[in-house]
Amino acid sequence: MRKVPNNKAWWLVLPVFILVAFSALIPLMTVVNYSVQDIFGPNSAYWVGIEWFRDVLRNEALQESLGRQIIFSAAVLIIEIPLGIGVALMMPTAGRRASLCLILLAIPLLIPWNVVGTIWQIFGRGDIGLFGRAMNEIGFSYNYTADTADAWFTVLLMDVWHWTPLVALLCYSGLRAIPQAFYQAAEIDRASRWAVFRYIQLPRLKSVLVIAVLLRFMDSFMIYTEPFVLTGGGPGSSTTFLSQTLTTMAVGQFDIGRAAAFSLIYFLIVLLVSWLFFTAITYPDRDK
Amino acid sequence: MNQRKGFGITFYILFLMLPIYWLLNMSFKTNQEILSSLTLWPKDFTLNNYAVIFTDPSWYSGYINSMIYVSINVVITLVVALPAAYAFSRYKFVGDKHLFFWLLSNRMAPPAVFLLPFFQLYSSIGLFDTHIAVALAHCLFNVPLAVWILEGFISGVPREYDEMAYIDGYSFPKFFIKIFMPMIRSGIGVAAFFAFMFSWVELLLARTLTSVDAQPISAIMTRTVGASGIDWGVLAAAGVLTIIPGLLVVWFVRNHVATGFALGRV
Repeated sequence: MRKVPNNKAWWLVLPVFILVAFSALIPLMTVVNYSVQDIFGPNSAYWVGIEWFRDVLRNEALQESLGRQIIFSAAVLIIEIPLGIGVALMMPTAGRRASLCLILLAIPLLIPWNVVGTIWQIFGRGDIGLFGRAMNEIGFSYNYTADTADAWFTVLLMDVWHWTPLVALLCYSGLRAIPQAFYQAAEIDRASRWAVFRYIQLPRLKSVLVIAVLLRFMDSFMIYTEPFVLTGGGPGSSTTFLSQTLTTMAVGQFDIGRAAAFSLIYFLIVLLVSWLFFTAITYPDRDK
Repeated sequence: MNQRKGFGITFYILFLMLPIYWLLNMSFKTNQEILSSLTLWPKDFTLNNYAVIFTDPSWYSGYINSMIYVSINVVITLVVALPAAYAFSRYKFVGDKHLFFWLLSNRMAPPAVFLLPFFQLYSSIGLFDTHIAVALAHCLFNVPLAVWILEGFISGVPREYDEMAYIDGYSFPKFFIKIFMPMIRSGIGVAAFFAFMFSWVELLLARTLTSVDAQPISAIMTRTVGASGIDWGVLAAAGVLTIIPGLLVVWFVRNHVATGFALGRV
């Protein structure tokens, strides 16, 4: 759509600007302020420059949790996006059954994150949990609190269970927006099922997929509550992700300067990846 | 072909429902039964766990608190996001692209980063432990998302409508509320759903900004994991009850999702 130049439009975005600036800029400034000082108490702090940043970048525990975080987010995207598209394609297109599917699909999304962790914590237990018990019965020695691979498997499975419905809902809605005429044309051309998907459905899903991928990337990169409740980051530190390391540092050890420096680096990583992704996907055809 | 599809979706829904079934199942059991053995349905069916929640104010006030701040958040989000999304969709203005990306970048801000500054900010202006504090804090990630979604829907409405209303002599606010908002009601429904969802399930910020008066249900649930061990039955019942308000919201927006949205731009 052609846009009209109009600088008065600023008045329309002003409320959003003020609101988000209040809840983002002021706290961010505080974080920046902390990151360059050593803080002893409310009124005693002294300037340390980039000391904390240097310190954080060399910290091995942080590097490890960053590595785990990247693997986790990549795994989440690789599993959930195709699965979500698949589920959306399988869903009934209209009527009461479609409504029922939508509602059932939305249930995992509406459960508070710590409850999700609690559910899986019980569900996966080898003695009283259905899933853990079943795994043991069919011959796997499964114990997510003691075995690293099992813990990873459980955290991933929990995330797939929890968030694939979001991808599926967005894709389902995107699919419903495709006019019937496209399918009729494809039928006249005797297009194969795959060709319909590849040349009609997938391109038309692009805009919702951008949202789905970005949301999944952002949220999986910030994941905190669920693995914390499920495994407490263990066994050892094998499922300790970035947010948890950060929270332990800031709230647990009260190491504010270092935590602030870490926060900024963390924020920059998320920002950079999202920006790259966002520009790569949106700009090539916006100028057409 | 269709049979295979039906089989696939049934299988997937079963996978989704199993943990939910487990939660529901546990909520009707006594603690003794939960901890002693694995049973596929409650042997000593009991409603005691639910009774505990509905009779103890420290439990049910959590639901009320959560609902209050989530509602405030949804209203604020829609009120500020609608005009902004309209502006982003229709007009070119100084810094529009940068502002749009900056907004989005806040959706990417990890809550863990903002915990401490938020606590200080809201304490210093005397909003600590109020519903409005949590509602405002959740705007950090809900407003950008709402602007993003609404912008997509608004871009799908041809500009001719705006011009026709202008020629017919409608003022901008009157046009916006009377003509434009009904046209994008699906978008409003979907944006409201996402705002509700992300605010309802968020724990980290909500817990940091509240202590007693505005404590959300999810925080109360973590608190019960106390010295006397975990009361699994009550915990499961509380978990089941957290799903219900969300189900009502989904019920209202299901048709908006099912009519489909491709989202104009992006």
